[in-house]
This record gives sequence, structure tokens and C-alpha cells, in this order.
Amino acid sequence: MTVFIIRRLLQAIVVVFLMSLIVFFGVNVIGDPVDMLINPEADQAEIERTIRALGLDKPIHEQYLFFLKGVASGDFGKSFIFGEPALKLILHHMPATIELALVSLVMAIVLGIPLGLYAGLFPDQRISRAIMAGSILGFSLPTFWVGLMMIMLFAVYLGWLPSTGRGDMAEFLGIRSSLWTRDGLSHLFMPALNLALTNISLVIRLTRAGVREAMHQDYIKFARAKGLTTRRVVGVHLMKNILIPIVTVLGLEFGNLLAFSVVTETIFAWPGMGKLLIDSLLQLDRPVVVAYLMIIVLFFVIINLVVDILYSVLDPRVRLRDQGT
Amino acid sequence: MSAGDIETTAVEARVETPFQRFWSEFRESTIALIALIVLALIVLLAVLAPWITPQDPYDLAQVDVLDGKLPPGSEAFTGYTMWLGSDGAGRDLYSAILYGLRISLMVGMASGVLALIIGTAIGLVAAYAGGRTETLIMRAVDIQLSFPAVLIALMLVAILGRGIDKIIIALVAAQWAYYARTVRGTALVESAKEYIEAARCLGLSHTRVVFRHVLPNCMAPLIVIGTVQTASAIALESTLSFLGVGLRQTEPSLGVLISNGFEYMMSGRYWISFFPGLALLVTIVSINLVGDQLRDVLNPRLKR
Amino acid sequence: MKSIRHSLAILAASTLISAPALADELTIALASEPTAMDPHFHNLGPNNAMSRHIFDRLILQNEKQQLMPGLATEWGPIDDLTWEFKLRQGVKYHDGSDFNADDIVCSFERAPNVPNSPSSFATYTKGKTVEKVDDHTIHIKTASPYPLMANDVSTIPIVSSEAGCDGTTEAFNNGSATIGTGPFKFVSYSPGDSIIVERNDDYWGDKPIWSKVTFKPIKSGPARVAALLAGDVDMIEGVPTTDITTLAKNADLALSQGVSNRVIYLHLDHDRADSPFVKANGGGAIDNPLRKLEVRQAISRAINRDAIVDRVMEGVAIKAGQLLPEGFFGVSDNLSPVGYDPDGAKELLAKAGVGDGFELTIHGPNDRYINDSKIAEAIGQMLTRIGIKTQVETMPRSVYFKRASRGGPGETPEFSFILVGWGAGSGEASSPLKSLIATHTPDKGWGASNRGRYSNPEVDALVTKALATVDDEDREALLAQATEIAINDAAIIPLHYQVNTWAAKKGLKYIARTDEATLAIGVVKE
Repeated sequence: MTVFIIRRLLQAIVVVFLMSLIVFFGVNVIGDPVDMLINPEADQAEIERTIRALGLDKPIHEQYLFFLKGVASGDFGKSFIFGEPALKLILHHMPATIELALVSLVMAIVLGIPLGLYAGLFPDQRISRAIMAGSILGFSLPTFWVGLMMIMLFAVYLGWLPSTGRGDMAEFLGIRSSLWTRDGLSHLFMPALNLALTNISLVIRLTRAGVREAMHQDYIKFARAKGLTTRRVVGVHLMKNILIPIVTVLGLEFGNLLAFSVVTETIFAWPGMGKLLIDSLLQLDRPVVVAYLMIIVLFFVIINLVVDILYSVLDPRVRLRDQGT
Repeated sequence: MSAGDIETTAVEARVETPFQRFWSEFRESTIALIALIVLALIVLLAVLAPWITPQDPYDLAQVDVLDGKLPPGSEAFTGYTMWLGSDGAGRDLYSAILYGLRISLMVGMASGVLALIIGTAIGLVAAYAGGRTETLIMRAVDIQLSFPAVLIALMLVAILGRGIDKIIIALVAAQWAYYARTVRGTALVESAKEYIEAARCLGLSHTRVVFRHVLPNCMAPLIVIGTVQTASAIALESTLSFLGVGLRQTEPSLGVLISNGFEYMMSGRYWISFFPGLALLVTIVSINLVGDQLRDVLNPRLKR
Repeated sequence: MKSIRHSLAILAASTLISAPALADELTIALASEPTAMDPHFHNLGPNNAMSRHIFDRLILQNEKQQLMPGLATEWGPIDDLTWEFKLRQGVKYHDGSDFNADDIVCSFERAPNVPNSPSSFATYTKGKTVEKVDDHTIHIKTASPYPLMANDVSTIPIVSSEAGCDGTTEAFNNGSATIGTGPFKFVSYSPGDSIIVERNDDYWGDKPIWSKVTFKPIKSGPARVAALLAGDVDMIEGVPTTDITTLAKNADLALSQGVSNRVIYLHLDHDRADSPFVKANGGGAIDNPLRKLEVRQAISRAINRDAIVDRVMEGVAIKAGQLLPEGFFGVSDNLSPVGYDPDGAKELLAKAGVGDGFELTIHGPNDRYINDSKIAEAIGQMLTRIGIKTQVETMPRSVYFKRASRGGPGETPEFSFILVGWGAGSGEASSPLKSLIATHTPDKGWGASNRGRYSNPEVDALVTKALATVDDEDREALLAQATEIAINDAAIIPLHYQVNTWAAKKGLKYIARTDEATLAIGVVKE
């Protein structure tokens, strides 16, 4: 197990390195932000000066080597646009996004699993059909459209919730977050729900599919034949088996939630790192984009690792194998 | 695909051909049947678009900005009635929606099918080959999945320029890994099961084991992911347009039409994004309903 | 859909009933966020507007970009090469320290030299030597006569020699160095979320009526409008043109509009014989017809500027016939917008020998100017109708501007026919003439944005002469004359001047500014 984890972490470093290479050169192909950042009144000499100041006058491979040297000492470079260390900027924006992603993940589980269970256990009921139809709508609508509709309905028309931004923050258990204030929660609700919609649908469908499949399998039939209560059959035997695909997918989705919160954060002006990424990307702020993606990849590899370990705990038949060992 | 299962069970079910059997099961759900008819109608409308619309929305000579933003039922300068109104550039929305449907369907289906084929093949190779091959592939999947789709698209668009083929490449690049990972995960569970070992012991060839035993058992999750992904391919395309990197503006897909209409929402010109949104919704919902039923029919273990 | 209409009607009627709890606090939604609180870090619109709250300049620009006394009370040339500035006495910084000439000297030194600056103030400090004469007098010297001295000086924010001049950008962002003499004091800066300032009760000028101002960046137009309608903010900048009609009918809101110093125009390839995005019908090579005056005039006549203003801009723009709108320094009285005349345009094309038309691609940004991509599309329609088969290609500005300026081989402009805008930062005509029209000469710093590579020695000579003429009247005549020659030669094709719109809760009014800046001191109670 330990060897497995160490090997995976080593691989992670290779992945992160490759990623940085791809992104560094990829963003470079798109261009640099000099012509967009510079004051239009500036003359050619000033443009040259800016290119030098940002280190863009050197050949790309030299820039990359310089960047790698920096990374080795924990310096991901300074943002072209903000002039601040890229890592600092990302860490500054990270709590808001994690807050959003966690809440939406909780929403997906709390709403998705019970609804999916119901739809799977009683597939012919009208409510189940409604749940399934709803789940189809959930991922049929583009996120940005739903986001705007939600703002129109809840903020503008009904006036129940604030339209955009992050609310007041407070400190609790040493964590500074907007989860602890009423204002914060009211700001959080809409973007979190918006971000969760696809996942709620996904969880409903996965749960239902798992339940329907498991109900026909022998172990459930045996458990029932043995006279176990439905509660126990569903709660223990069924859940244990259908959790595998759900854990896998949600594990994958959490990384995606972090990365893909760009649209939701853009619409709701949520000051998280998804918005930072899309802004940096649209402005070709390469240091921030590269640092962000390296961090996300690292995050992701770790999540995958955790998913794989959970996987083996939930289903002992899957051995943690790593054929190289 | 799972032709193997159908074939073997069809023998037991006497004279029915596999297709007849499949069809009779598919028909059981009225909703799915309606969805299939709606989908067929949508495809038909999309294919026939040039012959049943008053305007070619891609021909700039036929589009006039003076016709822009007219509410549904208005008369265009050139004489015909715009039953669904017009968008900001003066495109007749009825025409634009049908032409947009063509593009959206093509983008969605092409990228969905390509991603499914590529992803499944890679996932199976990983699960079955094991060893260094598997490690390498799964790390590639990790890299792939950590790339937000918007980044892939933005980079590809910048390198290649805009266009339908480029957006399909971008969507495939963004989605193949989902299939690969799911297939590999399920295949791992399956290959640990006794029947696969039994099949191997019987001396069946690798290809036979993979295609007749492992792959059919991956179908249920693949279809779930597949419907989700085809739907999201179309939604992703509109999201990319929303972020300003999607398809060419003068040849709008449904996504481009919706995102163009996005800015008119607050001013009460609902039709510009409402009708294309409705078309998109109906299309995706019917794809998904059909997909749902397909899954129920194709999965042998779900039979009632 | 009926319900959407219905809800919009209710939306219009029901929102914004609640008045703010504290009437002297203000929340403003910004369309683009400043990149730092360091006033010298990034010489660009949003940063300069934000720094105006905290830091004064020697000379201030009013809402029409006319110069007004700031930290300097009097100024003027004392000889051909020296300008004298008399400094305001008794001014104190937010930390209580005194303002004097040392602050000016060190601010002018710091402004062009901030590390990692993506766009410095060197453009304005270049060639100027600042000398302290006494505590309240300075001299600024140049190597040759320089009439735009006061305009340049009005752009440099003044920081404290004790607290600010040695400060890093980080120190400004966390507030430790953010100490100015301006009408507001720094409170907090949270990138992507908010910037908060409070009233400086010791301000030397008119004290602000707002005790506390919060700026919130909301980039998306519809979201900004929604925030205003929901009452989350008191005022928004950059109201999308599509929403103006609806918002204007809303009795709970007040709109303010003002023409800006920004002209939206087309630049054409004047230089290359074989231009990459100009093709003969069918896609073959063609001798670049854009080099013929008749073709350029035909394009200008084919454009229905009224349709663009009415339809695309929803009436919120003014059609343009030159580089700056009426009333600015150096505009010509003899130029007016070219009228729509498609038949005349076709005749001109025939006269130029391309009566059957040709193929063209128009390139433009899709996230820079108001409705930029829609304008490009309308132009495409109009040109296609006179036989110039036009493709429309728009892209994000991050990609667009580099390619448009130096994306081709040898750092030449990549495109043949582009949609661009120009805002005259100095508020007078030498700015566009020098950058857009003058021959591309990197050594002189001229023609930096001349992406069509137009070159006319006559215009160059007039601009050179104007920039060495200190007498305002003479200079204005020279600039107007240069503009006339360039426009009559269709060096660029002006389309319209942008009009900016702000929307605020009822009872508030924004004094619209030509420089597009959003300033809290411009928000007044009615």
C-alpha cells in the first residue's frame, strides 16, 4: 500500500511536470498579453520595455527553464497582469472556490442519492418518472442560461436572494468562510445550486442505474429471502454496491467542480479561482494559468488516488495494483 | 457492441430477429417512443432546412441588420413573416434555429461518437493490457481530465482558428478520457469475476473475451456516461460560445444563438434566446430519453 | 414567454423600493477591475480611474477632460523648454504628513520604473526632467518645445515621498503604502471581490458626499444590470446598450449618458500589394484594391452608419466623420460623416476596376468595445451587398490585438481589414493622429497603432509642426488640417463615437465623463 502511494505520488510529479510543459507552450502559442495590457497611447519603445519587463523577449525554452528553476524553489512566477506572485493570487482565490465546490457537492449528494434511490426502488411510480424527467432537464440546460434564469427569478423577481458576489465572512473553528454568516449563505445558495445541477442529475441517474441493476442480482435476492428488513437491504447491501460508481464519479467531479466553476463564478461574480482562471486565460496571464493548472492537476491526482483507495476499501475484489512493482 | 448477447438470447426467443426483439422492447415505453419520433422529426427538419426556410442565415447578403431584434410575427423588409422573430444581426430565428440545429446535432453526434470510440478503445486496452501500458494510459487520462474543457478549446481555437471541425476536435479532446476511465474501471471489476476467468480458461482469444464478455458488461455505464456526454457536448459548445471562443458568429449553432440572446434577456427580448433554448432543450431531452430506454433494453441484467 | 414578459413588467415595477440604510454609503459595480492599488503599476483606464479616488495629480481633468488645478494651482511655460508649476500649500496626506515638492520629484521618478509593470507611465514622463525649486515650486524641462506638457502631467498620480515612493506594488495592495492626498482614503482591497474607500475629511477640495464607497467588479453585463435591479449595488457603469431602453422606462432608476473620446473605425491595408485577407472572387490573388482611394471611399459609402447607430447600438452612439467628436481640441469643422450611398459605392468600385467586387475578411475583437462583434457583422452584411463578399472573424482581445499589431511575418500587422477603436487619452486630436495616422516609425514612437501602415508625408509634416507649436490656436488649426487630409484620403474609415451609459438608483445621478472613468465624486444626489 505504501509503495503504491509513493509510486503514485512520483507519477504525479511527472504528470505535473508534463502538464506545465504543455500549458506553458500552449499558452505561448496563443500569444502574450502585452498588446492588450499596454496603454494604447504607448509607443513602440514602451512596448519593447514591457516585453522585456515581463521576460517575454527571451526564447520560449529559456523562459521555461527559468520558470522551472523558480518552481524548484516554490516560485511560480509573477502574474503579468497583477505583478503579484501567481501562487499567492491563486491561494487568495482558493477558499471561495472550495467553499462553493464543497457546498455544491453536498447538495448533489444530499439531493441526488435519496431521489435516485427512490426512483430506482419504485421505478414505475409517477414521482420516479418526474424525478428522472427532472434529472434530464438538469443537465440539458446550459449552466450559464440556468444561472441567469436563477438570478432573474430569485434575485430580481422574487427578491429573496442577492444576485451576485460573496457575502460577509466570519471566523469559526479557525476557518474564515462565508458559510458561518446568514448573509454569506444567502450569497452562496444560488451559485452552489447552479454548479450542483449537473451533478445532482448525475448522482440521481447513477444511483438509480445502480439500484435497478443490483435489485436483480443474487445477493439482494438472498438478503431478501433471508428476511432482512428492506431498510437493511437498501441501507447496507445495496448502498455498499452502488456507492462504487458514485464515489468514482463524484471523486472525479470534485476536481472538475473546482476547475469548471469558471462559468458559474463568471455569472455570479464569485471571487474564486475559476473566475481567476478564465480572466487570466482571456488575458493570457500565463504564470497564473500555468500555476493554476499545475495545482489543479496535483489536486486531481490526489483525488484520483483517494478514489482508488476508497474503491479498494469498498470493493475488495479490486486490488490496488500497479503493475510496475 | 452487445450484438453477442442479443444473438444468443434471440435463439431462445425462437423466430424473432434481434432487431425485432430490440424494437418490441424499445416500444414498451411510450415516452421513449414519442422522444424517438420527436428526435426523428428534429433530424428531418435539420436536414431539410435549406428547402423549408425563407432565409439562408449564413448568407450575409440575405441578412439585414435593419431586420434586427424584431418580435415574433413581424414582417421582414424582404416580405416574409418572421414567426419566431429575429436576432440582433437580423437573422430570421426560424431559419437560424433550423440551420443551427444542423450544426449542433452534427457537433454533438460527431464528437460524441468519436470520443466514445476513442475513449472505449483506450480504456479497454488499459484494463486488459495492464502493466506499463495501463499506467501510461491512466496517467494520460489524469492529465486529460485535469484540463478544463474551456482551456483545451481556447488553446485549440487559438492555434487552429474557429470552425466546426475544430470545435469537434476540442470536444473529443475534452471528453474521451471520461469513457476511458469508466470503461477501465468497470472492466477491472468485470475481469476479476469468475466468468471471465472461466472464459480465459476455456482458451478463448483475447479479442473474443474483450468483445464478447468484457465490453458488453461495460455497456450500462457507457450508455449512462454517453448520454450525459452527448448532451454536455452540445451544452459545452454553447458554453464556449458564451465565453467568446465557440463557433463563428456568422454561422451560428444553437449555442451561439442562445448566447447571443443572453445579453437581451434583461431587456425583455426573450425570443432571441428563448426559442433556440427551447429547440436545444427538446433536442437534448429527446436524445436523453431515447438513450435511457436504450440502456434499459440493451442491458441484459435489467430485464424484468 | 408571457410569464417572462409579465415578470419583467413586475420586475420593472417592484424592485428598488428599499432605500439604502445609510444614505451616504455608496456601492458601485465596475465592468472592469483595476489590476492593483499601486497607482503607478498599470497605466490603463480602470486603474487610473480607481487611483483618482486616493491619489491626486498636479493637474486634474474634469468630466470633459479639460484641465483643472489639482495639487498645482498655477502652471505655464516660463521659456521654450521649461514649465513652472506652483504647488498647493497646506495639503496633507491621509497619514497627516505634509505635501511638498519632494513628493512630485519622487513620484515622477517612480511612475515609469515600477517592476513588472504591464504598462508604465514612461510614455508621459519620457524626456522630462523634474527639478525642485523650493518646497512649493517645481520646474519641468524638456529638450525641445513641448505643448502637451500639462496634459502629460495630468496623468501622473502623486504618492507620498515618505510612505509611497519606496513602496512595492504589494505594499500598495495591502494598504501600507496606499497613502495619498485624494478625496478618499484606502480601506481594503480584495481582488475579484471588492475595493473599499472612505471619505477623507481633510480633503483640500470639495469634500465627497459619500462617507464610504464600495466598488464591486461584475464583468458580465446582464449580471451587472441584475445586481442594480436587485438593489445589491447603487450604480453600475457600462450599461449594455440592449438594456438601455428598458432601464430608461424604469421610474426607480436614473441613467446618465455622455459621448466618449473613443472613435470606432476601420483600418485598411494601405501597404501590401498582396494583402493576406483580400482575395479575388473565388479566392485567387488580387492586387490589393484597398490601396485605391475609390475603393476605400466605396467602402465608406457602403456603410449605413445610421443603421449601425439605430439598430446595433440602439441609438446610443453618434455617427463619426473624423477622429474625435465635436467639441474636442483639434477637430475639423469641415468634416461630416459619409452618407449611405450603395449605388455610388458600386460606381466607385467600377471606376477602380473592381466592379465585380472581391473577397475580404473583416477581423475584430468580441470583448473590447460596445457591441464590437455585432458591428463587424453589420459591416460584413453591408459590404457583401455592394459586391465585396465579406467574411466576419471576431476573437477575444487577448488574441486579437497582438495579431492585429504584429502577428504577420516580421512583426507586421496580420490582417487586411480590421475593426478597432481609439480613445484619445489626452483629449485632443494629436493623440489619434500620432498613433493611428502618422507613418509607422518605431524610432520616433509614431504610428504605434497604425495597423494599416498608412503613410502620408504631408500629414506627418503637419503633425510634427503641431507638436512643436505652443500656441493653442495655431496648434488646433494644424491638427484640424492634418485630420482633414487624412480623412479625405480615407486613411481610416470612422464609424461612430461611443456613448457611455451609467445607471443609478433614483435620486442619484452620475456626471458622465468623456474619458469613460467611473468616479465616486461624480455621483451626486438629486
